[in-house]
Amino acid sequence: MSGRVGIVGIGHTPFGRRSDATVQELAAEAFRAALADSGLDRGHMDAVVVGSVPEYHKQRSLPGVVQEYLGLTPKPTWLTEAACASGSAAIRTAWMSIKAGVHDVVAVIGCQKMTELETAEILALMGRVGEVQWESSFGSTFPGYYAMFARRHMHEYGTTREQLTAVAIKNHFYGARNPLAMFRKEITAEKANASEDVATPFHVFDCCANADGAACVILAAEPRARGLRKPPVWLSGMGCASDTMSVLRRPSLTGLGSAQAAAAQAYAMAGVDAKRVRVADVHDCFTIAEVLAYEDLGFCAKGEGGAFIAENRSYIGGSTPVNVDGGLKAKGHPIGATGVSMTTEIVKQLRGDAGERQVPDADVGLTHNVGGIGQYCFVQVLTRDE
Amino acid sequence: MFKWFGRVNHAPHTKVAEFAQHLREGRLMASRCEACGHVSFPPRADCEACLHGAFTFVPVSGRGTLHTWTRITAAPRGFEDVAPYTLGLVDLEEGGRALAWIGASVPESSLAIGMPLQVTPRLHEDVEDIRVDYTLESPKGATA
Repeated sequence: MSGRVGIVGIGHTPFGRRSDATVQELAAEAFRAALADSGLDRGHMDAVVVGSVPEYHKQRSLPGVVQEYLGLTPKPTWLTEAACASGSAAIRTAWMSIKAGVHDVVAVIGCQKMTELETAEILALMGRVGEVQWESSFGSTFPGYYAMFARRHMHEYGTTREQLTAVAIKNHFYGARNPLAMFRKEITAEKANASEDVATPFHVFDCCANADGAACVILAAEPRARGLRKPPVWLSGMGCASDTMSVLRRPSLTGLGSAQAAAAQAYAMAGVDAKRVRVADVHDCFTIAEVLAYEDLGFCAKGEGGAFIAENRSYIGGSTPVNVDGGLKAKGHPIGATGVSMTTEIVKQLRGDAGERQVPDADVGLTHNVGGIGQYCFVQVLTRDE
Repeated sequence: MFKWFGRVNHAPHTKVAEFAQHLREGRLMASRCEACGHVSFPPRADCEACLHGAFTFVPVSGRGTLHTWTRITAAPRGFEDVAPYTLGLVDLEEGGRALAWIGASVPESSLAIGMPLQVTPRLHEDVEDIRVDYTLESPKGATA
């Protein structure tokens, strides 16, 4: 199959503490919405790919449970896992299966039910996010890793505490305008800076929150993608790269090599450059991560990420609006759902359906979904027909 | 013996287990590939340069400079009672890096990226077992 792959339907649950639903019920909410959006029915699905991290809910072997609950047996289903990038990894395997000519229409469901874990389980998982032989044995944590990136970036480029806070303020500003976001309140610098220390220089308000939620996209091969309810949004550039698990073997702590490589692939495949991107959803698991993303994706030069946010260039009206859905920071981060959620937001923007968060003339969009501290990165460039 | 390594050990079985015995005796060791001679710290059974599978342990000085650091307040399981603690990442003179706690000889107010630090082996006698690790100390205040 040498033709393009289009997104023909999207669905998204509210993110947050979903004490009203199991993980498969969340998956069904998102899937049903995506079917309605596409005009297809479930019988049209050739396969379902689930993006999820198995540790972060009680149910093991999730695709089997989801497939049964959606009534889609005996159609193929499988799990794709790449830590916090599992959602985009799932989209990639679905895209590959269509490009290979194996399937025509594939649903991708990212879902996670993190709040059903007990605190003790979360503390234990927290203790094994890094490389366990040489790092976790010293009590390294996920915020701690990005905090070390932040301190090094501040040292090399003069990035400031205020600039990190500005990322959180922007993302809460847009989260307040996204009905699906977990935190729908604007914040002030005073409030952010008064929040508790987590791992210096980070406070609570530098960190995204665990959440429950699901998002779904339906992909279709080019001939099939046309003539449905909405015009397709094309997966025009698909980049994917890796970097070391361990900070002990990582050449630089001021950027993510995997993001730089994945972005270069995605831009080349789509035949665009960073300047052409009108709207982006990036992986702001911590405030510094969004600053690194501006630089890794080429929205600004290396070292200028702090100034980029300080000058409001990632707000709507700036040179590249970023995370105008609230990002992970305000929307919440139900791990496996996050990458799929990013793609749904860019589809909305390219359709012109984003309401008060609409970026004018958004015809080329980008997603950037990072696993861990950059062990994995997936970058998508999305386009629409004129 | 690698079960001795670290406050919490998630990987007791490894081909470089002897590292912990050396650490107990006050020696910091890297691996040297028997095929290409590449030296790795932390040690690896399989060479990171050529993936050859035979190595020998060689001593390293543990001298390094601070690359970055963070003080952890929100601690994971096994570290709740000792938080806050400060993690430093050092670039080692002979190559490679070490991640470890900043030791008592280095006040947090003195921490500065680029400052010299000494990776220093530590032996802790617990009630029923021993524990070994290393801390990052001032080169002057370091005790082997």
